[in-house]
Amino acid sequence: MSAEHHDTHLAHHFDTPIQQLESGKLGMWIFLSTEILLFGGLFCAYAVYRSNHPEIFVYAHRFLDTRLGAINTVILIGSSFTMAWAVRCAQLGKQKALVVLLGVTILCACGFLGIKAVEYEHKWKDGLLWGKRYKAQTEHGAHAPAAKAKGLLPPAAKVNPEVKSLIPLPAEAPHGLAAPGHAARAEHAAMEAPKNVQTFFSIYFLMTGLHGIHVIAGMVVLSWMLLRAIRGEFGPAYYTPVDLAGLYWHVVDLIWIYLFPLLYLIH
Amino acid sequence: MSDSYSEAAAAGPEHGGSVSHVVPMKVLIGVWAALLVLTILTVAAIKVDLGSLNLWIAMAIATLKASLVVLYFMHMRYDRPFNAIVFVTALLFVMLFVSIAMLDSKAYEPELVPGYAPGMPK
Repeated sequence: MSAEHHDTHLAHHFDTPIQQLESGKLGMWIFLSTEILLFGGLFCAYAVYRSNHPEIFVYAHRFLDTRLGAINTVILIGSSFTMAWAVRCAQLGKQKALVVLLGVTILCACGFLGIKAVEYEHKWKDGLLWGKRYKAQTEHGAHAPAAKAKGLLPPAAKVNPEVKSLIPLPAEAPHGLAAPGHAARAEHAAMEAPKNVQTFFSIYFLMTGLHGIHVIAGMVVLSWMLLRAIRGEFGPAYYTPVDLAGLYWHVVDLIWIYLFPLLYLIH
Repeated sequence: MSDSYSEAAAAGPEHGGSVSHVVPMKVLIGVWAALLVLTILTVAAIKVDLGSLNLWIAMAIATLKASLVVLYFMHMRYDRPFNAIVFVTALLFVMLFVSIAMLDSKAYEPELVPGYAPGMPK
């Protein structure tokens, strides 16, 4: 490309806008790969804990509202669609549509976080939290509508919130060492609520929380794109930032596509 | 101002301008509809008791959805293959990571103490 064709958006160290766009895209894909690896650690934790303690996951997932999870999936897929559409509009120079679609994408992100907040609030009220903060309410079972609707008992006193020690109860010691009475009681309790239900909620909050942080980051990036789109900075000649922000947003959707069945749809 | 750029945008991958392929509206709407149908399918599929197969069906549907998003919404199908190599490599390493961790945790007796941790010697 000769000097008289030099694009105002073209950085001096690139020969052509195509080369610049390609470099940006490659950089974004490398970043997205590191994001996949970041979540990979959590997916690994999920796989190991679920394979070792499937009963915890089967029991605890019923405290999640599948309906809200499904609505959030639809919202996020919709926002991915409007994002891909927005990139198309930027490529074709449809200024107005680009602004509207970026706005719709951000609104979808708000909706997703709003529903997530409702879910988190329910869990907070019911004490369905991570690790030692797990204090499932026994008397206030009415606070758990999802569980109640499915005819599920609230996670009753089987998980003793007073037990702070990490050393297992005598009933959990190898056979022969535990007092016989304890073992029988423990077995009875295990039928209703398995031990260590907090494991599920630790994983649930870590995975959805990290994903939520990514949604917030995506909203910040998309708002910035919206601002620049309103200023009319994007068009067929230069749309790299919209394209890259779009790639990031799709990965946020991608991760949720796996989180939804893994957390909400356990058989 | 940027003639070659717009030309490349118009040309698409088959003409060597592999960078800025514009995805047709029909494709975008089709992928969106497919994603919604697959979401309904995955919710419905879990209601049928197929034992351990349920998890694999859910994962297969999720992978199909993810592939649609990557290939069409993220333009990977029209993109330069090197970007795909980078991304798929990351996915392979995650699979390797999870599989080896699972092999390791399967190497112990998980139910030695019912409902408790694996790895205690017999």
